[in-house]
Amino acid sequence: MSDPKIDGLELKPGFKGMADDTGSDQTMFKGVHWGKAMMWIFLLSDTFIFSCFLISYMKGRGSTLVDWPNASEVFGLHVFGVEVPLLLIAIMTFVLITSSGTMALAVKYGYEKNRKMCGWLILATAIGGLIFVGMQAFEWSKLISEGVRPWENPFGAKQFGSFFFMITGFHGTHVSIGVIFLFIYAYKTFAGHYDDRKRGWFTSMKGDYVEIEILGLYWHFVDLVWVFIFAFFYLW
Amino acid sequence: MSDEYENKTGYQAQSSETISSGSGGGSRTASDIDYVRPAEVTDQDLYHGHSFITKWVFCQDAKVIGVQYFLLATFTGVIGLILSWLMRLQLGFPGAAGFMTAEHYYQFVTMHGMIMVVYFLTALFLGGFGNYLIPLMVGARDMVFPYLNMVSFWSFFVAVGVLLASFFVPGGPTGAGWTLYPPQTILEGTPGSGWGILLMCISLILFVAGFTMGGLNYLITVLQARTRGMTLMRMPLTVWGIFTATVLAMLAFPALLVGALMMTLDNVLGTSFFMPTIIQAGEILEYSGGSPILFQHLFWFFGHPEVYIVALPAFGIVSDLISVHSRKNIFGYRMMVWAIVGIGGLSFFVWAHHMYVSGMNPWFGFFFATTTLIIAIPTAMKVYNWIITLWRGNIRLNVVMLWCLGFIVTFVNGGITGIFLGNVSVDVPLSDTYFVVAHFHMVMGIAPLMVIMGAVYHWFPLVAGRFLNETLGKWHFWLTFLGAYSIYFPMHYLGFIGVPRRYFEMYDSPYMTSAVGMNEFISMAAFIVGAAQFILIFNIIKTLKTGKPAGSNPWKANSLEWLTPSVPPEHGNWGDKLPVVHRWPYDFNVPGAKEDFITQTTPPSDVVGTEVEKT
Repeated sequence: MSDPKIDGLELKPGFKGMADDTGSDQTMFKGVHWGKAMMWIFLLSDTFIFSCFLISYMKGRGSTLVDWPNASEVFGLHVFGVEVPLLLIAIMTFVLITSSGTMALAVKYGYEKNRKMCGWLILATAIGGLIFVGMQAFEWSKLISEGVRPWENPFGAKQFGSFFFMITGFHGTHVSIGVIFLFIYAYKTFAGHYDDRKRGWFTSMKGDYVEIEILGLYWHFVDLVWVFIFAFFYLW
Repeated sequence: MSDEYENKTGYQAQSSETISSGSGGGSRTASDIDYVRPAEVTDQDLYHGHSFITKWVFCQDAKVIGVQYFLLATFTGVIGLILSWLMRLQLGFPGAAGFMTAEHYYQFVTMHGMIMVVYFLTALFLGGFGNYLIPLMVGARDMVFPYLNMVSFWSFFVAVGVLLASFFVPGGPTGAGWTLYPPQTILEGTPGSGWGILLMCISLILFVAGFTMGGLNYLITVLQARTRGMTLMRMPLTVWGIFTATVLAMLAFPALLVGALMMTLDNVLGTSFFMPTIIQAGEILEYSGGSPILFQHLFWFFGHPEVYIVALPAFGIVSDLISVHSRKNIFGYRMMVWAIVGIGGLSFFVWAHHMYVSGMNPWFGFFFATTTLIIAIPTAMKVYNWIITLWRGNIRLNVVMLWCLGFIVTFVNGGITGIFLGNVSVDVPLSDTYFVVAHFHMVMGIAPLMVIMGAVYHWFPLVAGRFLNETLGKWHFWLTFLGAYSIYFPMHYLGFIGVPRRYFEMYDSPYMTSAVGMNEFISMAAFIVGAAQFILIFNIIKTLKTGKPAGSNPWKANSLEWLTPSVPPEHGNWGDKLPVVHRWPYDFNVPGAKEDFITQTTPPSDVVGTEVEKT
């Protein structure tokens, strides 16, 4: 992967700078690593996937024949003899947002070449993601034990089960893929692959700390999508 | 392309005065005029394959991947062609093929449509031409993520495998029509309602995943890996077309992915995303409360941009071919670029014109008819510009040019019927008739195909180092062009008299008496046109070994792909040094120049005193 040389480059700020970059040769996003640009565009495409899911959900919810179940009852937890609405989901959201914070710190320490600190923070992010997926599995099994299925739902409209399992499942897959990569990257960081610029196993491209930022972009995106899913499923 | 442009970008900062004061001044030195900003990006680090497998099978060279895409897409295209023959056999001569049942007919219609649109045209333009031409035309050594690019092709390979596997599963491939409308897609009675549609959805999901990997490559290569001096407004229109089409694909395929996934769940798990309450054979099915229209919206939010995913690369490529072979700069380059971008943007706001008869709110029809007709403006601009480019050009009437002219005619024809169908009140009676079939085959079947053929004859000397045979090429062109008109022109009439599309047989319907002879004629023409395509395959096989050697830059073109140190270009494309670009690729017949073309790498000091465009 080629490294951008931005030392000798004068970058003008604001709209003027943007127009200059667009009209110039070689690169449109000055000094932006190829992989980083790729991740941004991939995320744009992924945004459309999740938008299609959520818009379909709105349409589906709007046109069911049976009433939609009450979110605060369905997702409530019975703790110490008290019904607490949205308890689990609040914790899940908190964990995931926190993991975004540790990810951002990992990127910072990565660029400072603080290998140890960076590695531990990536590991912390991975564990946060793992906790999230675990709690989601718990929630799924709770709903399943109560009789909610993709094709039926004792609390009301059957589309509730369909959309819930599909969309949280799709998001959970994203988180799981992220967790796998976080573990791999944590290993690579601790093993010093980014300091030594060791070549990748598959791509045979030289390693660089920018890869952590690229994974970080993905991770923040997954968090952001969760915020929307949270709002549409649990608060609506 | 004005002088202010250079000043604005601050490029050629040291020499902007000398450049803008016009050509012919005496006192400045060559190095001043020829200044190009230093490299911003270090040279690309490439993986060089050593074994047969890493060089030709799991290859990371975009050129090989492009050829792989081309061959596999052509292979699936031939299957689509054979399916169309079988359909025409049934339509022209009902009962002539003994094995043909109504179920088979629907399956063939469906698979023909899906194969041609997605697995043939999309894969060929973006995967084939995109991979081969983008790195060469922008002066990159390869795609920016060669490994991902390789995975992209093999995902496509698996997608094609899954698609073709559906011919061999119980029930056969899906016969729901290429639009796969629920609820009938997954109801018993529709052929392939179990396995067929499942494999179709899986195949589409794989295709989208593979395409996303390729598409990221195309976009980042264009945005971030251009060579020194290659500004966006110096890129050949081919690159602009493929680039914009890729943007569309990245934003449109998600809707298809979501639709295919939800369809799969409806089919396999029994969810009711798209399935309303249905009574089948006196029995109420498990489904209830779903929305079939939702699928139509998802499908056409993909489906309409898909038309332009196929059309925009064709627009771009044909612009380059016309310019090179009429030895004139493309008329209104910037207008052409903005028209491509504008069509691409508009294409996301027109999808429901495919749904005028779906029962959606009539105000939607009003809105979508308006946006649809607005698209005619940038499209017409492009057609005018092609014609003005030809006007008083030094036209070489070779096979490539014939295909280009064929494209313009066919495209205008299909475009005009599009204006009929874009209006709600005209569309409603014509909907689901052969008029629609004629329209979309003209505009997005034959027209882009003509460009593909022209492009094959144009770039074959680059890929293989030899010319294709011109005589065979002319046979191929005339049979295809006249034959395609013989097929699709009468179909407009069939539509006007009300012959519905997707009918297996018309039996003794009264209006069929006037359509019988015409259907026979159309079928005969279809057999001939289909057979004519094998001339190209024969031509390619024949000339690979025995064709006339082309040498470098045989068409005297300006763009970078012809300026590689070796022909065909090797892995890494440019030898030791990347090319440096000084101009756009359309400097043909510049007054005062020694030859009738000035390549993109020719420095300004070489053309002092000529009236060269400032780009």
